[in-house]
Amino acid sequence: MDRRLAIKWMLAASAGVVMARNPMLGASNPPGIAEPEPPFGYGKDSNLMKASKPGDYWPLTFTELQRRQAAVLADIIIPDDGKNPSATSVGVVDFVDEWVSAPYPDNLRDRKIILDGMAWLDEESVRRFGRRFAESSEADRLVLVEEMSRSQKAEPDAGSSQAFFRLVRDLVGVGYFTTPVGMKDLGYVGNVPLATFDGPPAELVAKLGLVDEVKW
Amino acid sequence: MPLIDSGSTAKSYDVIVVGSGAAGGQTAYTLTMEGARVLMLEAGRNYDPRTESPMFNTPDTAPLRGSGTPEKYFGYFDATVGGGWTVPGEPYTNVSTEKNRKFTWWRSRMLGGRTNHWGRISLRNGPYDFKPRSRDGLGFDWPISYEDVSPYYDKVEMLVGVYGTNEGLENTPNSPEGVLLPPPRARIGELLARQRGRPLGIPVIAAHRAVLSRPLDSKNLPAKIHPGNAKAQRILAEDMQNRAACFWATDCGRGCAIRANYQSTTVHIPPALATGNLDILTQAMVREVTVDAAGKATGVTYIDKTTGTEHHVSARVVVLGAGACESVRILLNSKSALFPNGLANSSGLVGKYIMDTVGASWNGQIPLLESLPPHNEDGAGGGHVYAPWWLYKEQRAGKLGFARGYHVEFGTGKTMPQGFSSFGPNADGNTSYGRRLREEARRYYGSYVGFTGRGEMIPNADSFCEIDPKAVDKWGIPVLRFTWKWSDHEFKQVAHMQRTFADWIAAMGGTSKGTPSPDGSKAIEPGGAIIHEVGGTIMGDKASSSVTNSWSQTWDVPNVFVADGGVFASNADKNPTLTIMALAWRTADRILDQMRQGNL
Repeated sequence: MDRRLAIKWMLAASAGVVMARNPMLGASNPPGIAEPEPPFGYGKDSNLMKASKPGDYWPLTFTELQRRQAAVLADIIIPDDGKNPSATSVGVVDFVDEWVSAPYPDNLRDRKIILDGMAWLDEESVRRFGRRFAESSEADRLVLVEEMSRSQKAEPDAGSSQAFFRLVRDLVGVGYFTTPVGMKDLGYVGNVPLATFDGPPAELVAKLGLVDEVKW
Repeated sequence: MPLIDSGSTAKSYDVIVVGSGAAGGQTAYTLTMEGARVLMLEAGRNYDPRTESPMFNTPDTAPLRGSGTPEKYFGYFDATVGGGWTVPGEPYTNVSTEKNRKFTWWRSRMLGGRTNHWGRISLRNGPYDFKPRSRDGLGFDWPISYEDVSPYYDKVEMLVGVYGTNEGLENTPNSPEGVLLPPPRARIGELLARQRGRPLGIPVIAAHRAVLSRPLDSKNLPAKIHPGNAKAQRILAEDMQNRAACFWATDCGRGCAIRANYQSTTVHIPPALATGNLDILTQAMVREVTVDAAGKATGVTYIDKTTGTEHHVSARVVVLGAGACESVRILLNSKSALFPNGLANSSGLVGKYIMDTVGASWNGQIPLLESLPPHNEDGAGGGHVYAPWWLYKEQRAGKLGFARGYHVEFGTGKTMPQGFSSFGPNADGNTSYGRRLREEARRYYGSYVGFTGRGEMIPNADSFCEIDPKAVDKWGIPVLRFTWKWSDHEFKQVAHMQRTFADWIAAMGGTSKGTPSPDGSKAIEPGGAIIHEVGGTIMGDKASSSVTNSWSQTWDVPNVFVADGGVFASNADKNPTLTIMALAWRTADRILDQMRQGNL
């Protein structure tokens, strides 16, 4: 595997943004003119050893109302299941806020989808149930979420509430499963130093009908 | 005082080495271990992987969960400083706006250059790869053969530490007994790909990667690498003892604090500094090679980026190892009355025949790999197996429609979740959430396989770089302008890659999204995107048709050498770094020999 073979680690049936877009591949720049440098976020030489948290490199921008709605949505998407905590308890709302507040082109695109979708969700909730989404009853919220989740399409139409929910769900999922809690839930057991690398368990190799026949 | 500033350079050096990556690092290592006094110039900042590699850092402590951004394209933790597809204040331009006519240029600005984040895949060119024109009439033969380079492959592999096996496959050379380190065990998905590839005729063997699967043999290797040189042996033995074996965690692209993989900064520079013969000047942007009235190089002029001031340093020999294109830029900007078209450019070929690797990929989901019991698949921070090109016979018989081959790298397993990744629709086409999302995440995580083809591009006259007539960088130095073109050989090769990968995924019982396009021009990665650019100062056997001779010595200026991939006369599917190091070592040996003889 080389440095650009970033195998999608999750349900990658649809094209996700694994790596950022290469700015040099845009067709926007006239011949002979260099592509403009990307907007400044954390820069090209930040201290990789230093742990950071959302808000350290650019200000978070969710309003209090938006945060409340995002928190309710996040915990519907990943609730506490009795064994594992919910999305909000591992900082997912801060991550989504960080994502939509970042200065990069992909994030600016997602910001519009998310903020427009959140405004629509509150309007729709008021129209049908008389209250904003976060203040609605659990049953009313689930009606709306269930509707948004039914896209019937691999790629929901741009601008639809289904496309908004797909993105919110992906962000909540990424925010959750990239934490130590989420990794444990997934069954990721790496990132620890080992004296030897023993490969897959022998019984698993046999179960799949494989042979570890190689001479190494 | 090895890391010096502009005020502390010696009056003159034996050799100035421009660049500190695979080429500059290897050249400086060989020269200083054999007693030459060397000044290394690096355009970026000092970088120490021992203290700057985020070894166990998790994505929840990184901005955007470690996702790639235009500032850190390969993710937040990638060991690239100051660069990427753009470098602030140091632009480059393209003649065309079309995707397949553009070149995209990855640079870093740090000690060790791009060796700090590379994939560590270390494949030898085979005998065919040095004589491609003799085989199919296309491109150029090198003026050297595999036999000229193989002793240097041996030395590089012993020095840096490469895991792999000897399989004796066509044009896939074995290393001598005892040179390679044992490869790590294959992962479950790699075993499945191996089993299901066999009926398709695809051989899957141990990858060759520059990662220490066990500590280097510091007792015996130094004497083999530096015969008759007690000081070099002692320094190297001590340094090898300071490199730990891989602890089977952390993606190699983050760099390695325990020095278990090859980076110029983990392997070449520490022992070179220990000789006392190396001065390193960082933040030094070389503008031009200077010459005297007789047309001999006298040294280089550089900009000290910390002060913005211009300086000159002198040496008997100048070695360019700035990276193929950056070395071209320096030569073309070195204009004088004697060399009005740039240095070493009497052939007019400086900047011509730039090649990258042909790249395409295809992913699939494999039900057999769903819901597997958790086990640690981190391994050596990269692939444990690969498939070398296997269709030589069919290609010779003209059955494929394209002239050169590719190898296959692949990714499987439960890699550390980091960065953005779409979860996609569920089987009903809907967006899962709640309990179902958790269940699907557990089930599908680790069930994906990604195949990546890395193929040979044939050099062509429409892929080149030159000095842009107008644009300059922030130091006022004229910048490069690129022109790019693929041929049908590359497009057809890409279509073959994707078709093969889709068949392979099907043979693994998996499914992939859509079907590959028979039109490879849609799927080919853009020029430069694989970051294997070579050529531009190609070697040959005549001054009229090449820039350097078989020793990487420029025909026009005998005390100027090019140590980087610029001298490649072809770009085999094998990743270029190992060959760059082997050729740099050979060139450094030649410089030492010629200095001893008084010819330089």
